[in-house]
Amino acid sequence: MSGIATLPDRAISVGRLRWRRFRTHRAAVASLIVLALLVLFCLAAWPLKTYLGIDPDATDLLARFDPPSAAHWLGTDDAGRDELLRLMVGGQISLLVGLLATAIGGIFGLLIGVTSGYFGGRIDAALMRFTDGMIILPLLPLLIVLGALDLTKLGFTKEFATSGAAGFWRIVVIISIVDWTSIARLVRAAALAIKERDFVRAARASGAGPFYVMRAHVLPNVATPIIVAFTLTVGRVILLESVLSFLGFGIVPPTPSWGNMLNNAQELVNTAPALAVYPGLLIFITVIAVNFVGDGLQHAFDPRSERS
Amino acid sequence: MSGAEIFALDGVSVHFDLGGGGLFGRARKTLRAVEHVSLTIADGETLALVGESGSGKSTLGNVVGGLQVPTSGTLRYRGGPMDEAAWKRARRDIQMVFQDPFSALDPRMPVSAIIAEPLLIQGTATAAERRARAAELVRQVGLPLDALNRYPHEFSGGQRQRIAIARALAPDPALIVADEPLSALDVSIQSQILNLMQELRERRKLAYLFISHDLAVVNHLVDRVAVLYLGRVVELAPRAELFATPSHPYTQALLAAVPRIGRRRARGASSIKGEMPSPLAPPPGCVFHPRCPKAQAVCRTKAPVLEPAPGRAAQSAACHFKE
Amino acid sequence: MTRFILRRLMQALIVLLVMSFVIYGLIGLMPGDPLDIMIASNPGATPEVVAHLRAIYGLDQPLMLRYWHWLISALMGDFGFSRIHSQPTLEVLGPALLQTCKLLLASFVVSVVLSFVLGIVAALRPGGIVDSFISLFAFAGISVPVFWLALMMILVFAVNLHWFPASGMANIGDGGFMDQARHLIMPVTTLALANTGGFIRYVRASMIETLRMDHVRTARAKGAGEGRVVLIHAFRNALIPVVTVIALNFGTLFSGALLTETMFAQPGMGKMIYDSILGNDFNLALTGLLFATVVTLLSNLLADLAYGWLDPRIAVR
Ligand SMILES: Nc1ncnc2c1ncn2[C@@H]1O[C@H](COP(=O)(O)OP(=O)(O)O)[C@@H](O)[C@H]1O
Ligand code: SF4
Ligand SMILES: [Mg+2]
Repeated sequence: MSGIATLPDRAISVGRLRWRRFRTHRAAVASLIVLALLVLFCLAAWPLKTYLGIDPDATDLLARFDPPSAAHWLGTDDAGRDELLRLMVGGQISLLVGLLATAIGGIFGLLIGVTSGYFGGRIDAALMRFTDGMIILPLLPLLIVLGALDLTKLGFTKEFATSGAAGFWRIVVIISIVDWTSIARLVRAAALAIKERDFVRAARASGAGPFYVMRAHVLPNVATPIIVAFTLTVGRVILLESVLSFLGFGIVPPTPSWGNMLNNAQELVNTAPALAVYPGLLIFITVIAVNFVGDGLQHAFDPRSERS
Repeated sequence: MSGAEIFALDGVSVHFDLGGGGLFGRARKTLRAVEHVSLTIADGETLALVGESGSGKSTLGNVVGGLQVPTSGTLRYRGGPMDEAAWKRARRDIQMVFQDPFSALDPRMPVSAIIAEPLLIQGTATAAERRARAAELVRQVGLPLDALNRYPHEFSGGQRQRIAIARALAPDPALIVADEPLSALDVSIQSQILNLMQELRERRKLAYLFISHDLAVVNHLVDRVAVLYLGRVVELAPRAELFATPSHPYTQALLAAVPRIGRRRARGASSIKGEMPSPLAPPPGCVFHPRCPKAQAVCRTKAPVLEPAPGRAAQSAACHFKE
Repeated sequence: MTRFILRRLMQALIVLLVMSFVIYGLIGLMPGDPLDIMIASNPGATPEVVAHLRAIYGLDQPLMLRYWHWLISALMGDFGFSRIHSQPTLEVLGPALLQTCKLLLASFVVSVVLSFVLGIVAALRPGGIVDSFISLFAFAGISVPVFWLALMMILVFAVNLHWFPASGMANIGDGGFMDQARHLIMPVTTLALANTGGFIRYVRASMIETLRMDHVRTARAKGAGEGRVVLIHAFRNALIPVVTVIALNFGTLFSGALLTETMFAQPGMGKMIYDSILGNDFNLALTGLLFATVVTLLSNLLADLAYGWLDPRIAVR
């Protein structure tokens, strides 16, 4: 038929175009590399542990604040434990909390956002009131209260309440309880916009129900803003974890996390300043790299954004 | 000319509740988008729905397409009542094509999936059957076969509209509701799509509910025309009669605005002043009276009913002084 | 407009009511209850005495009822007694609130001025060298753990350089304005640095947007000097969204204050809440959290109203 303009033989896929745009964001590319190195660093705990033959949790009160040596490459901490190994293991914990809490909170926000945006009306109004209420809460004090809760009063056994696992899961859960609002709002706005698009109406006219529409149309179309929001959330969650663990309401020693390694920071500042620098520096580098990657993704996904 | 009745609306109204009320709210508002409309569409027939923007055309089209539940009135499908089971069949038998080809296709889906989507939703074909069907349809709407594996953003507006039409054809429907399928396209493309729709109608014995704000477009394709004003059908007539001897003053005014060779100019209705009133507060009596050049006192109080014009059984108009 | 204000006020009140219940319930779930502490200090108490005490304090009643009693007295202005301070909680709260206000206000002014200057400069040449550096600075501000930043400030300026005192609000025996100011410099700088990052990004984005707008372009084309264009046209337009966003971020600001106060031993609201939770001071924790919520609610309300006033379309909804 005459009206069809000839199409280019091979069109570039959306993914390829995005990768191209992402690559123009130099800080984001550099950050991606930094993040990869950080992950490798944290995973290096296992080989290093066997190589040096050290248990990262083993305390040695005769070797407190030892300077760097062949046995302890970064020296030892206030309990005579190997600082480098603890930084590596602590990093695993901090990153894991960041990813897990983001994922759980993200799924929660996703469900709330999709439901709110797709069904609209009363459901939407109620859910958004709830979300607004969540947003205006004083976040940190609330997290501290949640971190201080007595788990036995919630029906958990005493053994569990004082275990390391409880500390880990508690912080994952409380952060995901409070940090889902931005994703919920984002998804809601996107779902609102998408359900009015004609391709959704065409699907509904063919008999599609709400679940089909969400799975086949809404979710794939909100995927990009969600990826960006997820990335930025990971950075925020890592910060929150470090703060809570630092204040003593998060990961409980002897399990290390970058936050709780600064627990007695005031003492460290005077006796072993380097020990006060390392964990914080690692948090800082991780979070800034995550944020740059998020910015790069945003740039890659939004064709209108300009940056170089 | 036309066969058995596919779909019928009887006294259908659609009102939108615009909120209000509540503790601190304003007065409750109701928008009367469609008011007491009765229409039928038969196999192989093309019925045009014409009216200004905001006259309720799309809303009416949505009712037929099953996207809008009417506030009151009854629907009939293939002669029977429109119950759950009837809708299930009707979802296959009635498909929609929309105005904006850029909004009509999911940017995340390849064309093959878009075209076969109705079959997937209705669960009537296996994956292999769906692929075969998509390939067959892509050819029928005049696109190259390699379009199947591409994504919507690689196509022009006209090509996208062809894809949308192919999707509508997938479940082998009897009726396609086309809501201004040409208005977003370039003029040069419009006639191609119009030709395609005409060709498909001939080949597949399709019926169309063709929605347009432009009488001129309608003249090429349709069998009958319903003129909509403020949610009401003010005139319903076979195409030839409507164009030759418009009965309602509003139709006369609309025709006067259409440039066409050899058309008799309607007396005293060369233009209509003002704008269509808001469907939030329709005027009393005949809703057209504030703009009608022929309005009399009775028009302000008594609403006219849609009845055959004097001496023309096939042509009805809702006017106290119809011609 | 009045109706809009009324509706928002109602909403805020409802949120506050719900929150007070949630916080009340949560505080009850913290380790120990007021009685445990009493019993711990009086080992001779028999089970009968304990039960009797529980009844006196109403601890055997269901949560709803206890909350109801608390709410009634709170509405009459009685928020209970602070255990660690041995004072009514409101009297502990007053000076703490004042101290936090000083810190917040000072750091807020610093970060707003800093972010406007840097944000505008960055927006003039998006993608340029200067913009890149400012962006890096902004990202650093968003990404730095506030408590660690405070720690580093202490390490550098107090421990190594001895420029400023590491903690407290005044030296004993001094307490004059200059002394107080010296104690505030590091906390204010820390908090300001942490907040500036986010603000810069808003100002920059908003400025770039307005500089692209037609009437600014026209003004530029008509030959208005670069400086005047930027300052008068763009700045005014960029102001609205920025002010709103900043006002809406008050909650974040408060979290920052909690950390800064804790790190520098400033006796403000944040440290008070932290200490009360650590010290099982239920009444004080409850009162502090509630006031923190009220303050955040109020600032959000003001931001909303300001926005509704500047952009009437929003208020209608
Ligand atoms: N979902 C809806 N909610 C509220 N009002 C609507 C809705 N859909 C349509 N309307 C209103 O109904 C009237 C008719 O709209 P529509 O059917 O789209 O007209 P047309 O297609 O003829 O332009 C308009 O006044 C429109 O604003
Ligand atoms: S009824 Fe009266 S106002 Fe209405 S169209 Fe006819 S003449 Fe005009
Ligand atoms: Mg329409």
